[in-house]
Parts: sequence; structure tokens; C-alpha cells
Amino acid sequence: MKKNIILSGVGGQGILSIATVIGEAATDAGLHLKQAEVHGMSQRGGDVQSNLRLSDDEIFSDLIPKGEADLIISMEPMEALRYVPFLSKDGCVVSSSEPLVNIPDYPSKEALLQELKVLDNVVLMDIEAIASDSNIPKSANMILLGMASRFLGILTPEQLRDAIGKIFAIKGEKIVCDNCKAFDIGLEAVKGK
Amino acid sequence: MSSKKLLLGDEAVALGALHAGLSGVYAYPGTPSTEITEFIQNNPLAKQRGIHSRWCTNEKTAMEAALGMSYSGKRALVCMKHVGMNVCADAFVNSAITGVKGGLVVLAADDPSMHSSQNEQDSRFYGKFAMVPIFEPSDQQEAYDLVETAFSLSEKVGLPVMFRIVTRLAHSRAAVTIKDKARECNEFNPDNGKNWILLPAIARKQYLVLLSKQEEIEKSAEVSSCNSLEIIDGKGLGIVVCGIARNYVKEAAPKGISAILKISQYPLPVKKILKLAEISDGILVVEDGQPFVEERIPAILGAGYPVYGRLSGRLPRTGELNPDNVAAALGVSREITFKAADNVVGRPPALCQGCGHRDVYKALNEVAADYSGARIFGDIGCYTLGALPPFRSLSSCVDMGASITMAKGAADAGQFPSIAVIGDSTFTHSGMTGLLDAVNDKSNITVVISDNLTTAMTGGQDSAGTNKFEQICRGLGVEPEHIRVVIPLPKNMAEITKVIREEISYCGVSVIIPRRECVQVASRKARKKLCDKK
Repeated sequence: MKKNIILSGVGGQGILSIATVIGEAATDAGLHLKQAEVHGMSQRGGDVQSNLRLSDDEIFSDLIPKGEADLIISMEPMEALRYVPFLSKDGCVVSSSEPLVNIPDYPSKEALLQELKVLDNVVLMDIEAIASDSNIPKSANMILLGMASRFLGILTPEQLRDAIGKIFAIKGEKIVCDNCKAFDIGLEAVKGK
Repeated sequence: MSSKKLLLGDEAVALGALHAGLSGVYAYPGTPSTEITEFIQNNPLAKQRGIHSRWCTNEKTAMEAALGMSYSGKRALVCMKHVGMNVCADAFVNSAITGVKGGLVVLAADDPSMHSSQNEQDSRFYGKFAMVPIFEPSDQQEAYDLVETAFSLSEKVGLPVMFRIVTRLAHSRAAVTIKDKARECNEFNPDNGKNWILLPAIARKQYLVLLSKQEEIEKSAEVSSCNSLEIIDGKGLGIVVCGIARNYVKEAAPKGISAILKISQYPLPVKKILKLAEISDGILVVEDGQPFVEERIPAILGAGYPVYGRLSGRLPRTGELNPDNVAAALGVSREITFKAADNVVGRPPALCQGCGHRDVYKALNEVAADYSGARIFGDIGCYTLGALPPFRSLSSCVDMGASITMAKGAADAGQFPSIAVIGDSTFTHSGMTGLLDAVNDKSNITVVISDNLTTAMTGGQDSAGTNKFEQICRGLGVEPEHIRVVIPLPKNMAEITKVIREEISYCGVSVIIPRRECVQVASRKARKKLCDKK
């Protein structure tokens, strides 16, 4: 099995943490993995993305070819839309529904959500609001990962939750708990989808 | 014994160097090379062994210090982004003439597509220019493995060795099999040879020595197992892949291919290229960066042999390789279901909210509006973003330090007001000598050293001049009353604009230092403090 995942968002939203958790889980599961990241200039509030490839077989390219992404996980709806040409025919999009508007020419929210919704497999949710209502405002990215875990296929939610424990252990027990809670909220939210 | 570790390409290089018995890394931060030095700075083995890893002021001081370590018999690594090669070129080219003692590896991280750079120059030309071996790993594993090979070859042939990587290897993670035991560091054993003294009479001899080593380094590349010829169909199009290009070709799994010649060590393995040509009806060169190999192949095969690549138009002339443009060059088509969306616009990076550079540009714009034709010359760092909306303050950004010297040259030509904006780390990297020129010429310029106490653009590394800027400027001859320090905060706007106006009206060199810690570094420190408390 092979899974190509594009993680996208805006600099500072925590997509690299999502990548790190999936990477940890994949390594523990003995999968092959390649993960291309963006560092440097674009991290200053610009668009950021990471290409994550998991497989039980050898992976060649660090980058995902167009039309071959199985999953787009995005912290921001326009940033999800940006990578749609990479999506495979049966690919899924799991994204935050709330725009982060830090540019003057941001498109109309309705129009861009409409463009996302016409795709076959799309799950949109206001993860920032859920995070803030649940008193875990800094863990919106792990809610998103919880949602995405339903569509990941190659790793189980349990494997991902274990990886959250390992990755955040250095930051203390409360941070681990908050992030696991966030993950479970995301997982529950898409039950049956 | 060995184990597996998930590593960025940069980290694989760093760990490879440590395991090869490195004694010192010398570097100036630059995307995409920064993480190599950072990895060594945080590595327990490096701490235990006392490996030198403090940041250098610029790439030239880094290269020269590494050469000194090599002179003393120890293994040294120099790391930089591709344009850093321009800064250290004098030392680099001449280190091939002196030769080296302890292994010396010069890592250049190229940035095709200019993700975080002002050009996409290909460092392999520098390696060839200096006539030294070049390594170009194809993946993270080879990055780890080849560093040891590079150090050994450097000591065997007595030459510095270039190690070329690109952004997509530097910043991509994969599992790497690593050794459990590191080679011991070399003993301190300084050289005594006259080869280090490049007086013309000695340099002429040393140049002949360098030429005489060419046969050996050519032979080494010819027999190298990292330059491998993989026969596919035995006839059809032959493919030459350099470094990570291999992965894009393998991903495309093209049909009708005679063989794939992977190149990860230069000079080019001529015999292997001849062998590939013999069984092929043409050669496609897939290489990231500039057409370095594609240009060389006609010299090996003759002008009549069909060669395709970036020059022929089969691959794009600019930008990095990717699985899509390589598949297209190989005639492999993929099914793409979804076209680009309509409701997507560019989201360029911007200065952080609360950043002191913002207040600097706001003040400069306000004052500049008082004059017709004021010009602000920019430099390299986060503050280059002052060229973009909403500020649009800058007229130029060329290379490290060019703000001061361009402002000076423009003032020489009659420009007034002529203002330079440079960051603290960039100032010590390459701005100080230009400021001395301006002082000696009594140029009518206003220099703003926007000091955020760090090298912010690359992630907040120590800045060489922190707490020394007033002293440095006085030492270079700027008059003390025209060195002005302000705190860039919105509430101080009246004072800042007043200071800028006063210094513009002073006919001579003045330096204004707006000083406030980078907000990213400040918040990271606050978070760490909170964490430590828990």
C-alpha cells in the first residue's frame, strides 16, 4: 500500500507538527517514508506545504506527482484548494473551513468553499472554533489530524495517538493530554463519514 | 552494527560528518543549509567531543577557519547556501592550490526554483572551476554515506571536496541506516609544507600539482560505486541522472530506456558515458540546477550525438526538477483529474505582526515622503519583505551588504536622500567594509541597521555583532553623535521619524540603529521559560 499526503496551511499554523506525528507513527510501523518540507522565507505568514509519502515499498520521489495525492490535509480552506490538481480521482480533502485572511485579495469565502464542496470526498470543519470551545485553543491541528485519521488507511488512529504521546512528551503531560483530546474530538466528529 | 533514524537530508549530512570524525563545522546560516550546523550544535556526541560548531560571521571566514583546521590535520566541514560560494570563492579556489591536510568538505546547498534565494546558480561550476572532486547524493542515505567517502577522498588526494545538495534533499526526511560507532577524530598534527604559502613562485608549482591530481580524481569518479550504470532495456534512450534526479526518473518508470547512468561523483565518469552512448540512440540529461553535464557531453561524444535536457528544451530551462516535468521529458503521461482551482490567489510571506522592522519601514516611508526622489536600498533578510505591500519601501536587494555600498554609489552619483536598510547579522556578514568606504569618502548616506538581535530569516541563530554595533560603527570612523539608537515601537514613531530627519539632513555618514528583539525569538524564549518552569 502507498499513501501520498499533502499537508498545507499558512506559516505558523502547525502543519509540520502534523507531519511529525504521522512520520513518527509511520516509522514505528516500519513503513517507508519521505517527507518534503518547506523551510525559510515562506514560513513568515506565507503558504506552506509538506509532501508526505508512506508506503510498504520503496519510495523514489520526495515530491508527489500531480494527480497522485490520496489525501489533502489543510489548516486553511484556500490552501486546500491550492493543491487540488495534485489530488487523485478518488482522493479526499480534510480541511479547516475557516479562512485565514492575511492578504488583501483573499477570494470570497462562499465561492471558495463552494469550489471545495463540489469535490466528491471533502470534509470541512471549523476546527479553530471547536478547539477554542473545548478549551484547547492551541491544538486545532491535532483535531484536523483526528479527522484525517479516518481516511489515512495505512495507519490506525491508535498508532497515531501513540505517536502524539511520544512527540509531545517533551512538552509535558498537559500538552500530551490536550493533543490526544483534540485528536479524539476530530476522530469522533467524522464518525460515519 | 547499525540502526535506523528519520533524518532530513541536512541532518543526514551532519550525522555523516560527525560519524566520519569531524572536528569542526564552520558556517553562516543560509536556507537550505542551516539545519546541518544546528544539528551538530545540538548533538550529544559533538558536545562530548568538543566539536567546533559556533556560527561564523560569513562564508569566507568559515571557509578560511576550516582550512586552518585542515592545516592542523583535522577534519572540517564548511556549510553554506549556494550564494555563499560567491562570498568564500577566493578562499575556496585557492584551497585547491594549497591542497589540504585533514579532510575538508565544502557543502553547498543549491536552491533551484529560488524558494528562499535571489538566484539559482549551480555550485558544481565552482567545483569544476577549482578542479576539485564533487559529490552529489541522490537521497538521504547516500548523503549520510558519501560524507565519509568525501572526507576520505579529500585526505587521499589532498584536496578540498565539494558536496552539493539541493533544497529537495536538504529539506526532505527519510529513514537512514546509520553506524552505531563514530570514527575517532584526527590528532592535532599541523603541516609544515611550503605549499601553504601561495607566493607566485610556489603557487605556480602548486598549480601543476593540482593539475597532476586530476587523473587520480577522474579515476576515482570512474570506478566509484555511486556512479552506477543500470541497464534497463539495453537499447533506446539513455538517461543520465545527477543526484536526486534519479528519484524522479525512477518514479516515472519510463519505457524504452537503454540504461540509467546515475552520477553522484564528479569529474564526469567518461568511460561510463561512452558505454551508455554506445547502447543508446540519444542521451537525456536530467539534472537539477543549470545544464552543467548537458554542456559537457558533446565534448565527450562529439557534436553529432543527440543530447537532450534543459538546453535542448526537453526539460524546462529554469526551476527545480519535479516528478511532473521529468515524467513529461520521458514521455510518460499521468491522469490528472482536477484542474487548478479558480478561487486561489498567491499568499506571499510577510513581516510578522509586531515585528520591529515594520515600525522601521513605517517611519522611513513617512520621512521619505517629505522628499521627492528619496531612495531606500535594501539588503538580504526578513526585512527584504519591506519591498512588498503594504510598505513597498525598497528600491534594491542584490547581495549581502549591498545596501550600504549601493547607497554610497548612488550618493556619489547625486542621489539624495540615499538610505540603506540592513539587518544586524547582514551588517557584520558583509556591511562593515562598505561602511568604511563610505566613511573614508564622507559619503552623504543614512544607514539603518535594523537590529533584532538575531539572524531571524533562517530561524533565529546567534548574530555575530550583537551588543557591538555602536562600537563597530565608532571604530570604523562614524562620528559618535551620528550613531543613533532608537526602539522601534509604534509609540516611539514621533521620536524615530525625528531622528531619521535629523540624520538625513546631516551631510555625511550617519547610522541609525533601531533595536528590538525579533518577536519570533522572544516568543520562543518565553515558551521555553514556561516549559522549564513546569
